[in-house]
Amino acid sequence: MNMELSRRQFLGTAGAGVAGTTLGALGFGGVEEAYASTIKPFRLVNTTEARNTCTYCSVACGIIIYSKGSLAKGEKADITHIEGDTDHPTNRGTLCPKGAALISYVKSEQRLKYPMIRRAGSDKFERVSWNEALDKIAKAMKADRDQNLVQKNKDGVTVNRWTTTGFLAASATTNETAMCTYKVVRSTGMVVFDNQARV
Amino acid sequence: MTNSWTDIKNADLVVIMGGNAAEAHPCGFKWVTEAKATRGAKLVVVDPRFTRSAAVADYYAPIRQGTDIAFLNGVMNYLIQNDKIQWDYVKAFTNASFVVKEGFTYQDGLFTGYDEQKRDYNRSTWDYEMGPDGYAVVDETLQNPRCVWNLLKQHVSVYTPELVERITGTPKDKFLKVASMMAECSAPNKTMTSMYALGWTQHSKGSQNIRCMAMIQLMLGNIGVRGGGMNALRGHSNIQGLTDLGLMSNLIPGYLTLPTEREADFNAYMSTRGFKPLRPNQMSYWQNYKKFFVSFQKTMWGPAATAENNFAYDWLPKLDVPAYDVLRAFELMDQGKMNIYFCQGFNPLQAFPNKAKLARALGKLKLLVVMDPLETETARFWENHGIYNEANPASIQTEVIQLPTTCFAEDEGSLVNSGRWLQWHWPGGSPPGEAKTDVFIMSQIHLRLKEMYRKDGGAVPEPIVNLTWNYKDPNEPTAEELAKEMNGSVLTDVLDPNDPTKKVLEAGKQLASFGLLRDDGSTAAGCWIYTGCFTEAGNMMARRDNSDPGDTGAYSKWSFSWPANRRIIYNRASCNLDGQPWDDTRKLIWWDGAKWTGFDVPDIAPTAKPRDVGPFIMNPEGVSRLFTRGMMRDGPFPVHYEPFESPVANLIAPKVRGNPVARVFKDDFAQFADTGSKEFPYAATSYRLTEHFHYWTKTNHVNSVLQPEFFVEISPELAKEKGIANAGWVRVWSKRGSVIAKAYVTKRIRPLMVDGKATHIVGIPIHWGFVGAAKKGFPANVLTPFVGDANIETPEYKAFLVNIEPTTGPVA
Ligand code: SF4
Repeated sequence: MNMELSRRQFLGTAGAGVAGTTLGALGFGGVEEAYASTIKPFRLVNTTEARNTCTYCSVACGIIIYSKGSLAKGEKADITHIEGDTDHPTNRGTLCPKGAALISYVKSEQRLKYPMIRRAGSDKFERVSWNEALDKIAKAMKADRDQNLVQKNKDGVTVNRWTTTGFLAASATTNETAMCTYKVVRSTGMVVFDNQARV
Repeated sequence: MTNSWTDIKNADLVVIMGGNAAEAHPCGFKWVTEAKATRGAKLVVVDPRFTRSAAVADYYAPIRQGTDIAFLNGVMNYLIQNDKIQWDYVKAFTNASFVVKEGFTYQDGLFTGYDEQKRDYNRSTWDYEMGPDGYAVVDETLQNPRCVWNLLKQHVSVYTPELVERITGTPKDKFLKVASMMAECSAPNKTMTSMYALGWTQHSKGSQNIRCMAMIQLMLGNIGVRGGGMNALRGHSNIQGLTDLGLMSNLIPGYLTLPTEREADFNAYMSTRGFKPLRPNQMSYWQNYKKFFVSFQKTMWGPAATAENNFAYDWLPKLDVPAYDVLRAFELMDQGKMNIYFCQGFNPLQAFPNKAKLARALGKLKLLVVMDPLETETARFWENHGIYNEANPASIQTEVIQLPTTCFAEDEGSLVNSGRWLQWHWPGGSPPGEAKTDVFIMSQIHLRLKEMYRKDGGAVPEPIVNLTWNYKDPNEPTAEELAKEMNGSVLTDVLDPNDPTKKVLEAGKQLASFGLLRDDGSTAAGCWIYTGCFTEAGNMMARRDNSDPGDTGAYSKWSFSWPANRRIIYNRASCNLDGQPWDDTRKLIWWDGAKWTGFDVPDIAPTAKPRDVGPFIMNPEGVSRLFTRGMMRDGPFPVHYEPFESPVANLIAPKVRGNPVARVFKDDFAQFADTGSKEFPYAATSYRLTEHFHYWTKTNHVNSVLQPEFFVEISPELAKEKGIANAGWVRVWSKRGSVIAKAYVTKRIRPLMVDGKATHIVGIPIHWGFVGAAKKGFPANVLTPFVGDANIETPEYKAFLVNIEPTTGPVA
């Protein structure tokens, strides 16, 4: 990561531009200098930084995640603080009430921790192992596909279309996840396939 | 967005209509503040509610929800009547001069070719007159009565300020003020930007709402320029990326389309995708479709996709309907025609209309698989939560598997922001418990299927067993590996035809741009519009140089923006016919006598001479379209249609109900309130609050505390009429369901006079449900109608009918 370099570059270029405006009152000016010169060295001593972007809206504000422990060193990392990235051209360190509370998402009591299954007719979820869950899913898919894949339509045209299983893709996963998801889903012939763009 | 968040600082006029950026996109909205502070830009807000954006606007005009087209067609009429048109731009860069075929007409709200039974048009007359030279006929003098400009002029002429007021409820003087502010931006040195979001898309004619404003922006010469553009603010952090990558029923990454069953073979498929230029010299960039398509197929199936098997054309499914979108999926589920459904980071029980129908449909599945970092209502649709989710678990046979996934803070990769920037991020923490990445889960499913099909055979195993999976650890490919695959690489050496000792492309190398893609199978690219994001020079998406030469707001060295790192698309149109900027103070690119150069990557071939090649290179016309031919299902020009549930009949076409070609399933039609219904007299709309993000932050303590309780907003006038006290309990119900909420009586909402009658508005914020840290409450989709936009099936969340009455609190 070349974050050190970019922070200096930011100060070098934006600092001069901001000085002459009245924008300080509106949220952009000055904030970054104050930040870089005071708080950052203090935090760096104790924590690891990672550059990330806010998971909520597509303004995609830059954030810095501070953690105890370093993933890069193969350690377990516990996130202790998240704040706006002053280097980021869009948000320049600012965050809205959602971004400012991102750590409350990461640490939410509703974070899922284990694979669970709710059996037919049951009124509760039960723990299940990853292997059992994944085997069950793959077997169910194969059985359904083998039975219901439409290979040819009534005019004899090869259509290889699977409509009895469907997939709703996410809206906050990475492009790389999406690429992987696309390959896996489309290679089965699934067409009931959509994402969150509509809502 | 055609432009970017940081570009908004270049605008002279910001119009927020169909969105509420100050509330929903706060840190992006700062760029509006910047434009106001540094350029003296003005902000106009048009909205049914006096929103947080309206609170800081220079001018606010109210409008009844679902009538934006009447308003905007009225603006077009105003621009034409008052000659506030950037003529040089319109004549050279739009299809104003193109002559439309004989036979095309419009009358009483309908265009030629309507079939009431099918709720569809035969669109064959919606096209240009073709000349003997094989090109579209144009009349540069704009005299021909059948040229696009004259047809448009006639089409919008009924939308007078008086009619606009009768339909929209916007007082005439306010409408005229907004129209005149927009009209000022017809000057070449004034630009207006349009910022919109779900307030425009979530209508049965959402696509046409946006189209209207795009047409206005073309008439004002504001597309392709700094501080201009059509800026969809977008919602979720990577919904742009998921759409770019084609995770939709009918798409292939990079906006290619899946075959339909009418395209029995590859030749038939390609025959409608030739994109022959409609005017001489035009680039018509989609002519390269085959290169993009073959390179995609090579990504999927590598050596198994060969010229002999038409690059595995038959391994792609072929569609029998336009799309299996979410609404159709739930309709099929409800009919018992689906067995398994996956929800990856998606909570459809809250996110799609008519919750009762959704819950019923989920109960007919055999298996529901939920992959999510958080608890969702969807995963627990079978659980009884009293009035918030009535269910009898014993009677629901659906098996549910819930898989814990990592969140943004624990994974690596890129997301695409509204401005098309692919920004890379790094993980900061370890996942909780046994949570895994979505990539792990998808890989495991694939590897298991592959193994079973290899061993046991089954229905058409080829596309699964041949799917390329060349990752170092097949169990969990890395983000870098997948990013490189999206970008694309050279598969076999390509030799210089003039000197076979030289390689033009070398096998194994990452491709630098999509211009290098080939249709013979020698290149692969998962998503052609992303090519250039991960090249031999490294990961361009991870770039963090925030310098901005020329202070343009482009930030060209920060991350990577598609296509080709271009920050403002159609930027050729920022220059006049001779290639010089319309406005010297807002230079972006220009023609230096030999080539295009400047601060941004030119959206045109670098040496394409200014007067030869038009700026809209993706269109076969080379120009932009004021008349969209047959490309949209509901018409080549926008028409005002009322929402499906409307307090009044359509004034311009009383016989037309809703959008005449929107798809409505039979049972859903029966669940719409009648036009002007006495039973459901109030016009409702839904929206979110700045503290909340849809239904996600409900699981987040801080945000749940900030805005803790479900409420609805009504005007003091309606409160008085119904005897509702501020903070008192009310019941709100539609033909589909009923909710109980606290009433917030506020002047932010006022009744509007619609055709002489007071129309009351009920505002319904979204956030609440039955799981999470927040107090239990109702989601808006208990009330909303199950119908989508005629072109892209976005549900009509912004305009529907309800009734309201005071009640006592919920019995828990
Ligand atoms: S901090 Fe707020 S404005 Fe920025 S990306 Fe997150 S939700 Fe959007």
